[in-house]
Amino acid sequence: MSGRYLLRRLAQVVPAVAAILITAFVVIHIAPGDPVLALAGQHGDAAYYAFIRAKFGLDRPLPEQLLVYAASVVRGDLGVSYVHGRPVISVVLERLPATLLLMTTALIASSIVGIALGVTAARRADRPADLIVRIAALVGYATPSFWLAQIAALTLALGTGWFPVQGITDARQAWTGWRYAADVLHHLALPALVLAINELALTTRLIRTGVLEALATDYIRTARAKGLPERAVVRHAFRNALLPLVTVIGGRIGMLCTGAVLVETVFAFPGLGQLLLSSIQTRDVPVLLGLFLLVSLAVIATNVVTDLAYAWLDPRIRYE
Amino acid sequence: MNNALRTPGGVLGLTLTLAFIALALVAHVVAPIDPFASVGSPLTPPSRTYTLGTDDLGRDVFAGIVHGTRTSLTVAFAVIVIASIIGIPVGAVAGYRGGGVDDLLMRGTEAVQIVPRFFLAVIVIALFGPGLDRVVFVLGVTSWPAIARVVRAETLSLARREFVDAAHALGARTPRILIRHVLPNAVPTALVVISLNAASVILLEAGLGFIGLGDPRSISLGYLANNAQRFLRVAWWMTLFPGAAIALAVLGLNLVGDALSDLANPRRSGRTA
Repeated sequence: MSGRYLLRRLAQVVPAVAAILITAFVVIHIAPGDPVLALAGQHGDAAYYAFIRAKFGLDRPLPEQLLVYAASVVRGDLGVSYVHGRPVISVVLERLPATLLLMTTALIASSIVGIALGVTAARRADRPADLIVRIAALVGYATPSFWLAQIAALTLALGTGWFPVQGITDARQAWTGWRYAADVLHHLALPALVLAINELALTTRLIRTGVLEALATDYIRTARAKGLPERAVVRHAFRNALLPLVTVIGGRIGMLCTGAVLVETVFAFPGLGQLLLSSIQTRDVPVLLGLFLLVSLAVIATNVVTDLAYAWLDPRIRYE
Repeated sequence: MNNALRTPGGVLGLTLTLAFIALALVAHVVAPIDPFASVGSPLTPPSRTYTLGTDDLGRDVFAGIVHGTRTSLTVAFAVIVIASIIGIPVGAVAGYRGGGVDDLLMRGTEAVQIVPRFFLAVIVIALFGPGLDRVVFVLGVTSWPAIARVVRAETLSLARREFVDAAHALGARTPRILIRHVLPNAVPTALVVISLNAASVILLEAGLGFIGLGDPRSISLGYLANNAQRFLRVAWWMTLFPGAAIALAVLGLNLVGDALSDLANPRRSGRTA
């Protein structure tokens, strides 16, 4: 990967961020009513609205307002949540760790299991094991995450009592140290499992197709012709099958955030989903806008990271 | 139809999709009662009178699912119409003209592709109030990039073929070449993306309904699942059936997409899950 590739890829971040900021700005301004309501929420008083008007320059021409808005967002100032009485950024950051924990766990679990299932299916193409994996993947991909969460809560939590129904820690016990970590893991298990299933289905399909396509190429024929054991042949094919997975994970981060929000809602998991839900109920638009901007930036950042990872993994990739 | 749609997956997908479309079209015949009307005693389990039970207000769950399916499919259809109206011309022009026009259109496509559709829809509903029209609009103007990209890729490869040169030599103008010669050949590949897009829109619409942002005037599958959440412990049928309907509709569209994808790339036929 050349330094030039890195620079050109990073330069593309600017128009992407601009597009997101303009989208948010346009939505605020075409919404019915005063744009100050979108930036300050519906619960302020006259003095507070006057303060926000001055802060975002709402009495100036539109292009100037856009610049003021963009400048404050870029500085990390996403406005103030009147409901919480604090800056939006601090409200959002407070909830972020729980969601990140959930998403990372789900992503790691789905990648490991998905790769294993995908390779297994490809090695037994069109035989019963392959068929079962393919059907399971199709069903898993079609299932709405919130419904799967409800079914899991109904059976594995309420039915068997193996897992807690809601929250991230046991409200009756204040554990510390290892007991605390074990408690969190216990609460994390079901939401992470549910969130992982959609991703798992996609990973399995991609790896299976990728390995099958790689197995049909000349370099694999060469590997077989020189007598490599089948395990080694599959390992050769597998490396190339990983490439599309990297790109797809980058493109899926927005969907993963959506899934996390919905799953958190079912399990009352105290992350961004709970924040989204309560902000909808209190019409706390500044927080909703903050969440939109945060997820958008996460998408942009992940796209850059996966593109760079891709270029690093595959030296043939050049930016023209 | 072609062979790819005769595989078990293709047949199942087509059957499911057509069944759901039929259900949506004749919803008032299959379930003639108002899905909002209280018809029985609250929280009745599935029985002969109420096939799928009743909810907390004594409303028939079956009627809710039938009319909710109609809402889901109407939204999905309207969204893919808007997305196609934007995506197909953008892709065709970008692929055919190439150069600076292509660069500009593709940068725009990439920018729109970044937008997290669910979160944007949440803001729009929070600011504009709930309603199917704005859900359709927001999802429509953000769902076209995938369509534009495949149409562009197809146009790029088709534009270099001899039959396009021949049309040129006969004096056909660019719009005519695109509409009569290039786009018809791009249809199978575009349909793959369109059917997968419809599936994801159904899931997004259900997700919005589930967090309470559905249109209160029309019943939706997401709303049913949202309402079921509070009665998880006492009324499993309120949870099970609406979600299953969503999953089956989405599965059908995904299977159709897979079958069409095999049709568009015969070399990979049977090689995609």
